Amino acid sequence: MRNILAIARKEVMSYFASPIAYVIIGLFALLFGYFYSAILAFFLRQSLQVGQFGFSGPTTVNINQDMIRPLMLNATVVILFVLPMVTMRSYSEEKRSGTIELLLTSPLSGLQIILGKFAGAMALYSMMLAVTLVHISILFVYGDPEWMPIATSYLGLLLLGGCFVSVGLLISSMTKNQVVSGMATFAVFLMLWVINWLADSTGPTTQEVLTYLSITEHFDDFSRGVLDTKHVVYYLSFIAFGLFLTAKAVDSERWKG
Amino acid sequence: MIEVQHLTKTYGSVTAVDDISFRVEPGEIVGLLGPNGAGKTTTMRVLTGYIPATEGKALIAGFDVFEQPIDAKQRTGYLPETPPLYPEMTVREYLTFVARIKGVSRVDRERRVEASMERTRVDDRADSHCGKLSKGYRQRVGLAQAILHNPDVLILDEPTAGLDPKQIIETRELIKSLAGDHTIILSTHILPEVSQTCERVVIIHRGRVVAEGTPDDLTARLRSTETISLQIDTSGADPTSALMAIDGVTGVRLNSDLASVVGAEVETVQGRDLRRDLAHTVVTNGWGLLELRSIRMSLEDIFLHLTTEEDVAAHNDAANLIKTTSETADA
Repeated sequence: MRNILAIARKEVMSYFASPIAYVIIGLFALLFGYFYSAILAFFLRQSLQVGQFGFSGPTTVNINQDMIRPLMLNATVVILFVLPMVTMRSYSEEKRSGTIELLLTSPLSGLQIILGKFAGAMALYSMMLAVTLVHISILFVYGDPEWMPIATSYLGLLLLGGCFVSVGLLISSMTKNQVVSGMATFAVFLMLWVINWLADSTGPTTQEVLTYLSITEHFDDFSRGVLDTKHVVYYLSFIAFGLFLTAKAVDSERWKG
Repeated sequence: MIEVQHLTKTYGSVTAVDDISFRVEPGEIVGLLGPNGAGKTTTMRVLTGYIPATEGKALIAGFDVFEQPIDAKQRTGYLPETPPLYPEMTVREYLTFVARIKGVSRVDRERRVEASMERTRVDDRADSHCGKLSKGYRQRVGLAQAILHNPDVLILDEPTAGLDPKQIIETRELIKSLAGDHTIILSTHILPEVSQTCERVVIIHRGRVVAEGTPDDLTARLRSTETISLQIDTSGADPTSALMAIDGVTGVRLNSDLASVVGAEVETVQGRDLRRDLAHTVVTNGWGLLELRSIRMSLEDIFLHLTTEEDVAAHNDAANLIKTTSETADA
C-alpha cells in the first residue's frame, strides 16, 4: 500500500510539475463552465415558459432531470477528449526516458506500479471533477435540486473515468511514443462510446452484447440517480480487466527486452 | 554474493548472452569488460530483474532474481546506462521518491537521502531540477539513487560513460570507496578503468565469457610470448637476420626506417630472459646498444587480443583475397 501511494504521489507531482495538470484542469473548467451557462440559460427559458402557461401543459421542469443530467452527459464528452491526454504519458514517458528501469528494478511488484499509476491519474481526474462542484453548489444556493442523483452522477463519472484510465494505461504501456499512445487511447475510447450504434442493425444476441459493452449505456442510470449494481459491476470489472491486461503488457515487454 | 549460472538471453533469433557463468564474492569489485554489444547490459539487466533470462539463473545474496524478485531487488542498487531521473523533480525530491519505493523507513528517509547526496557530492545541487543538471551531476545523482537504500550489491552500467576526465577520476574514486561495504559489479568498455578500479575482470565477447581473472592474472596469461624492445645504432645495416639467429627469438619487427638508429621489437618464447643474448649479439656485430627493455603487455593489448582476434583473422582473409584478386588481374 505504501508503495502504491509512493507511485501515485510521484504521478500527481509530475502532473503538477509540468503544465499538464493546469492546462487539463483549466480547460476542462472552461468547457464545463460554458456547458453549464448554456444549459442553464436553456433551462431558465424553459421554466419561464412553464411558469407562464401554468399547469396547462404536461410539461414540468425538474432541475435534476432538465439541468444537471444533460450537464453531466455533456461532461462525459469532454472527459472522452481529456482523459487520453492524462494517461498517454504514464508509461510511454517512463519508457522513453528510461525511468521505467528504476521502477522495475525497485522492490515493487508490477501490480503496485500499475495501481499507483492508476491512483495518480484518478487523483488528477478527481481534482478535475472537484472543480465542477462549484457550479453544482451554485444550483443549491438558488434552487432546490435533489442531492442523490448528483451523488450517483459523480460516482458514475468516476467509474466511467476509471475505465478510460485503465484503457489508457494499457495502451500507454505498449508504446514509447506519446502521440501514438494518446491517439490510440482516444480511438478506443470513442469506439467504446459508439459501439452500440451498430446494435440495432444486428441480430438479437449481438445487439444485446454490443449494448452491454457500450460504456455510455451504463452511465445513463447513474445520471438519472439510479444506483444499479449491474452497472457498478460492469465498470469495476472493466477497470480490473484493463489493469490486468496492463500488467500482462508490461510483463511481456520485459520478456521481449 | 552475486552468482550467475549458465545465463542465456535471446531476443528472437539473436542471442545476446550465451551461457555465461561467474561469481562475485562479498566486498569484491568486478568489472564486466567487453566491446559494445557484447552482452554486458543484458547481463546486468537480468541481474537486476529488469528482464527475465531465457535460461539459467542469477542469484543476488542467495535470492533468485526471478523467483524471489522483491528480496533480490531489495538488496540491489542499480545505475542503468542512462541515469533514470525525472527531469521535473529536484534532486532531493527525486531521492526521497526513490527512498520511498526502495522501502527506506520514514525515520531513516531524510538521513539516507542527505547521506547519499553527500557521498556522491551532489548536495550542492539538492534543490536543482534533475532535468537541468550537467551530465556529470546526472551520473552522480544516478549513483546516489543506487546507494540510497544501502544495498549489499551495486550494479553499475558504464558508470563513467560521458564524463570528463576529472569526473571520471572522481567517480572511480567514489566507486572504490564504496567497495568493502558493497559488492560491486560494473561494466565498461574502457580498459584503464578496469585495471584502476576492479579487483577482478570478466571479459565478455559476443555473449560469452572469454576470460576471467585479476588484471595481473590476465596480463600474465597472455605473456606466452614476451616482447623486448630495442633501440640500436646499426649505421644503416639491417639487424633482422642477426637477431633472428639467436636461439629463442620467434620474431623481429622493425618500427623505424633503416636510418642510423633502428627501433626493433623482438618476440621471444616465454620464460626465457634473452636480454643478455640480445645485448651480446648487438655488441659482437659492432652496433651501438641505445636501449633495451622488456615490455609488459597492457590490459588494452589483452583486450584487443581477446576480443578482436577473430576480426583480425577475418580482416587478413579479406586483405589476402584482395591481394589475390589484384594479382590475378595483373596476370
